[in-house]
Amino acid sequence: MQSAECRVEEEWSSGLALRGPKRVKKIAQPVLAAALGLALGLALTWVAGENPWHVLCVLAKGAFGSGYDFGMTLFYTTPLVFTGLSVAVAFHAGLFNIGAEGQLTLGALAAAAVGAIWPALAWPLAPLFAGLAAIAAGTLWGAIPGWLRARRGSHEVINTIMLNFIAAGLASYVALYLLKNPASQNPETRPVGTGYSIHQFGLFGGAPVSLALPLALLAADAVWVLLWRTSLGFEIRAVGQSESAARAAGIDPGRIRIVALALAGGLAGLVGIGEVLGNAGRFKVGFSPEYGFMGIAVALLGRNQPGGVLGAALLFGALHKGTAELDLETEHVTRELSLVLQALIILAVSAEGLWSFRSKKAAAGAQTT
Amino acid sequence: MEVELRGLTKRFGEVVANAGVGLRVERGTIHGIIGENGAGKSTAMNLLYGLYRPDAGSILIRGETRSWASPAQAIAAGIGMVHQHFMLAGPYSALDNILLGAEPLRWGLIDRQAARARLDKLAAQYGLSMDWDRPVEQLPVGAQQRLEILKLLFRDASILILDEPTAVLTPQETQALFVNLKRLKAEGKTILLVTHKLKEVMTGTERVTVFRAGKVVAELETARTNPQELADLMVGRRVLLSLDVAPAKPRPEMAIEAADLGVAGTAGSRPRLSEVSFEVRRGEIVGVAGVEGNGQTELLQALLHPREPGCLSAGTVKVMGQDVSRWPAGRIRELGVAVIPEDRLQEGLLPDRPVSENFLLGLQRSPEFSRAGFLHTDRVRSAAHHAVDDYDVRPRDLTLSAGKLSGGNQQKLIIAREFQRQPSVLFATQPTRGVDVGAIEFIHRRIVRARDEGAGVLLVSSELDEILALSDRILVMYEGRIVAEFRRGEVSERELGLKMGGA
Repeated sequence: MQSAECRVEEEWSSGLALRGPKRVKKIAQPVLAAALGLALGLALTWVAGENPWHVLCVLAKGAFGSGYDFGMTLFYTTPLVFTGLSVAVAFHAGLFNIGAEGQLTLGALAAAAVGAIWPALAWPLAPLFAGLAAIAAGTLWGAIPGWLRARRGSHEVINTIMLNFIAAGLASYVALYLLKNPASQNPETRPVGTGYSIHQFGLFGGAPVSLALPLALLAADAVWVLLWRTSLGFEIRAVGQSESAARAAGIDPGRIRIVALALAGGLAGLVGIGEVLGNAGRFKVGFSPEYGFMGIAVALLGRNQPGGVLGAALLFGALHKGTAELDLETEHVTRELSLVLQALIILAVSAEGLWSFRSKKAAAGAQTT
Repeated sequence: MEVELRGLTKRFGEVVANAGVGLRVERGTIHGIIGENGAGKSTAMNLLYGLYRPDAGSILIRGETRSWASPAQAIAAGIGMVHQHFMLAGPYSALDNILLGAEPLRWGLIDRQAARARLDKLAAQYGLSMDWDRPVEQLPVGAQQRLEILKLLFRDASILILDEPTAVLTPQETQALFVNLKRLKAEGKTILLVTHKLKEVMTGTERVTVFRAGKVVAELETARTNPQELADLMVGRRVLLSLDVAPAKPRPEMAIEAADLGVAGTAGSRPRLSEVSFEVRRGEIVGVAGVEGNGQTELLQALLHPREPGCLSAGTVKVMGQDVSRWPAGRIRELGVAVIPEDRLQEGLLPDRPVSENFLLGLQRSPEFSRAGFLHTDRVRSAAHHAVDDYDVRPRDLTLSAGKLSGGNQQKLIIAREFQRQPSVLFATQPTRGVDVGAIEFIHRRIVRARDEGAGVLLVSSELDEILALSDRILVMYEGRIVAEFRRGEVSERELGLKMGGA
């Protein structure tokens, strides 16, 4: 029997007392699942008439081949970290946040609106202000389904999905009518003032890698501290584990749900900072290649742990960038392979969950005496 | 001998669950198998039933050595098992549940009529009534258990293993079960009754085998033993079955004051709670006796969650002299209120989380373990470490998930946590349900100690022995009202039982 020295790192287990080898397994399993998904996807390209090795090379080169390529990979990774964290935080409270897409849309819209309405505002007040607006808008868009779930009992899955549509409609309306950019044919808002731009790193050959990237790392760290080192985080996890036990312990599950979804919304809203202040300088309708939904996959592969989310976001970011080259470099497969690969990886992760469930069941069977 | 186990040994990794277990059961008897949780009795039964394969030793059925590769072979040899948690498909009818896996076929179709005719005959023969067409989830628990037994009879089982069959039954259902078991015995069936309740062994069995720490420590004729001897054998030391509790010295301060509490029922039915008024002083234990479902759960919800919709519709609740009728639950708990909840897995623990986190549940905002919203994880760990030692929670592993502890150890963990706040008020609901004899004594001592240290204790229990042993005053609940009040020693078990029945 191991003594009561429970190490911090061990606490992030899903409840199993993690000893050394089990911990390795916990990390190795999603990695193996991702590899399996990739292998299956490449096998599919072989069926389609491509040389899988060639496809893999194109992918790797596209994602990591040059400073610019790697920069673009990081550019795609950054919003996925935010949305992955968003889904993960909600998940710890036992909630399924399908609304990250709407939350990030409004976050970006709010940042752009601030920048378009007060273009004269100076650095550093301007990005700070716009950033806070992005967080506030996302938070609000998360709190609404949280409140509906807690006080009215309507399910957050339905409400977050519906709020995605409302957010998209709202954003289009603002971009096309209220803050329309007169100098452009595209559906977008007026550009933000020059004082709003945040620093872009020069290392990446012009790829828009901005301060949003370190912000994402900071957010992952903050989420870890929140979940594992604060009273609120403990309450969030307690509600997610067992609502009835949390309630009996004096925790108000409704309040915790609202807070958790609001936090999730705020995290998704942070996407707006990188997009508007670090890249486009305005809100463009349809700027997000569904970062919000990819965030669900990121959280799933990352096992809802901040560290895992970082890794998974990098993988999906690299896939998103790498597959972009397929249209040109191969004859039979297109960039939609990215979606196929994502799907297969998720499938493999879920199946991996099934395996560990079965071995857990066997272990549980062996433990009843 | 109908069943004989010789030197059965079974290891799980480093744990030896069974070490040379021997057991002999005669045909047509009820044989009790007792032991604390984790003593190895379930492992032995699972070996007999073919769920596990023994590492050493042999199983003899009617004198023949047998070994099974799976339960299917054991079933074919006439061995059947009713698990503690029933293996039934809720939405299916009682009949279909029996046929599931043993469908009698005729021209490739399920022959329900033939099956039903046979089942009716079986039911009549053994006196087990059954409503065949009702979905199982609508049947009372006692009927579900009869269904499990009928399932075995339908498969021609002659040796029936019942694992903790009374854990989920009401006292009346328990009585009915034992009547049925005696009937089965009279019809020549052999019954192995796995339990840790001494009363059941004493009233229901001919012989009894005692397990402790993976071994058989005694096999006795029930008529020649007594509960004290069995308890001592199970635990391995002298156990106090009934605690001698010194009279209380109540303080003048009130811990709980309930005035005219009422909880409305669903439209048209009687209120679930009406005109309930009582007081609990600091330093006394007030017991609430009653058959389950007579308002005890509603009373606790009203006292602990008065603000939630549906929990309290009339009256006022005061805790430690403060009117808390409109307070959220968390704030009430901060007055020094400890709670041992009725259903420890649902309300007391996060079963999938480690012991250390379960120790923190409800204390996550106490100044002792947090500052400005951040947790003092080191302090939590060392306090949990101490508590686990102090309250003898086994194994002493803070990383183990709470759901993997035995019932008694789960309960000790909850008590360790709740007593961490030096309670001035303690709500203890069914504090020893499903708990080993050894742990019962421990838990009772701790509750009395909390009283002596000045806590006002409200004890809700359906175990009369417990109420009578611990309570300084006893309130009897019937149909949502308090119908009688007694002082310690003023009332007999019989009289209390009658009041509980509404007499």
